[in-house]
Amino acid sequence: MTGLQCTKLNITNSKYDEALQRYQQRIANASTEDMVLNMGPQHPSTHGVLRLELITDGEIVKEVIPHIGYLHRCFEKHAESLTYQQTIPFTDRMDYLASMNNSHIWCMGVEKMLGIDKDIPKRIEYIRVLVCEMNRIASHLIAIGTYGIDIGAFTPFLWCFRDREHIMGMLEWASGSRMLYNYIWVGGLFYDLPVGFEERCREFVEYFKPKMVELNELLTNNAIFIKRTANIGVLPLDVAINYGCSGPMLRGSGLKWDLRRIDGYSVYPELEFEVPIGKGEMGSVGDCWDRYKVRIDEIEQSLHIIEQCLDRLQKELKRTPDFDPRAKLPRKLVPKPQDFYFRGEGAKGELGFYFVHPQRRETDKEGKEVYRDTEIPFRVKSRGPSFCNLSVLPEISRGVMIADLIAIIGSIDFVLGEVDR
Amino acid sequence: MSFEQIKTLLTAKFGNDIIVGEETGGLQSALLINPDRIVEVCRELRDNPLTYFDFLSCLTGVDYGVDAGIFGVVYHLASIPYQTQLTLKVIKANDRNEDNLPSFPSITSVYGAANWHEREAYEMIGIFFEGHPDLRRLLLPDDWEGYPLRKDYTTVDKYYKGIRID
Repeated sequence: MTGLQCTKLNITNSKYDEALQRYQQRIANASTEDMVLNMGPQHPSTHGVLRLELITDGEIVKEVIPHIGYLHRCFEKHAESLTYQQTIPFTDRMDYLASMNNSHIWCMGVEKMLGIDKDIPKRIEYIRVLVCEMNRIASHLIAIGTYGIDIGAFTPFLWCFRDREHIMGMLEWASGSRMLYNYIWVGGLFYDLPVGFEERCREFVEYFKPKMVELNELLTNNAIFIKRTANIGVLPLDVAINYGCSGPMLRGSGLKWDLRRIDGYSVYPELEFEVPIGKGEMGSVGDCWDRYKVRIDEIEQSLHIIEQCLDRLQKELKRTPDFDPRAKLPRKLVPKPQDFYFRGEGAKGELGFYFVHPQRRETDKEGKEVYRDTEIPFRVKSRGPSFCNLSVLPEISRGVMIADLIAIIGSIDFVLGEVDR
Repeated sequence: MSFEQIKTLLTAKFGNDIIVGEETGGLQSALLINPDRIVEVCRELRDNPLTYFDFLSCLTGVDYGVDAGIFGVVYHLASIPYQTQLTLKVIKANDRNEDNLPSFPSITSVYGAANWHEREAYEMIGIFFEGHPDLRRLLLPDDWEGYPLRKDYTTVDKYYKGIRID
């Protein structure tokens, strides 16, 4: 359908369509020497189906208008019609590169509402944190690898995918699926870890540490890479906070803000790890290189967390024959009527779920209206970190070169599955 | 700053009619704010050195059901310096007429993060935000009819652009 026909369909002269008219007028008003360019939705550097409408003057980007929604799968609508347990596989599909983190946060939120968050056995908590941190490494490896490829370095991409494949293999061994795990359940886990998992995981950590040194030599300290990323796309801290950026995006701008430390959920208070921040080593604080470096440092911290989890899982929390990860699973997930917002640190930043859970009105046998507790949420809103991180893009890419725009997009590291939900 | 202290701070600054209700007893307490003055409240909470709620975690549009006839917006604020959270709510009654959407002031001027969240609430629930700089649809196509997350939403057609809807 052409733009013209489309326009004819939409425009009713109500005040609700004013913004659409203004937008169309803005595109029409682009001066003759300007060019309106579409980047995406099939452009490889947009990491999925993101369409950016650029108003360019030669090589300079005057304005970026993001168009999202190509991957909208009605997560919130699904969540309104399914029980809390049934929605877990849908959370996996939001940020499909870090599914464990999504379902962990969803489950913790529901457990808090049920009031059973203190009853979860320590072994289960440590297994959850272990698999989440493994998934965080996998997600950051993709971010780094594809960032290299955006900028023209092909080898790091292959190296990152090679190492990520080990993590995928292990998580598949634990859960039965390669990317979309449905492993963490409300009140427990799908299965205990398979026998020998801890040993295999330790082998991986030993194997992976020298690989990170290699990767740093190849990419992090590479002169061409630094030239392409340092001082590019500087995100000042006040803008980052105002636009709700979180995760490596916010930490890259120099703020120590990690919800694993701030909120201290699950067993993170018992674990030792640093919160890396951008220091402006190669350029200024908050540039693309800083965001990249925060991810590299976070991989090392995640490895440190994994080692501590393994220590405990192999010693005081060793598996016992009678250990049942589903023992604490509630038979019915019926929270009390309440509103609750739960936030946690996903791989990309603050992932939050807001549950509205009143009682549901039903008609009983005699035709009278009664209010009953229900298993289905009334309204669920998911606050994806990528969604907010991406919304700052028009702000930081005004007046940059088109090639630098690619570097900025890559450094944001969004997953369209989570932006569109 | 505790919940009670925030309440006192707001009433001292804006008068008694600023807070029209509160929800306590659950895990998170919420303040019901007078919808017309939500922008001032947010700006005050953001800029006041005692609160510094500088981070908008989440903004949710809610349709409280056909019988209730109420629409609302829920704001989850977080303070980075004080590491606290606060929930604000605004509600309005509405008759669900498509020419008369429930309308709230936009807080985009206070939090940039609200921009996309408000656009999402507009297309999904059908809440209009006055003063929003660019209130277009965000996730859905521009010609989508109806507001999919409203409680009375039903797909009218069997076909969408020639594709059968099951």
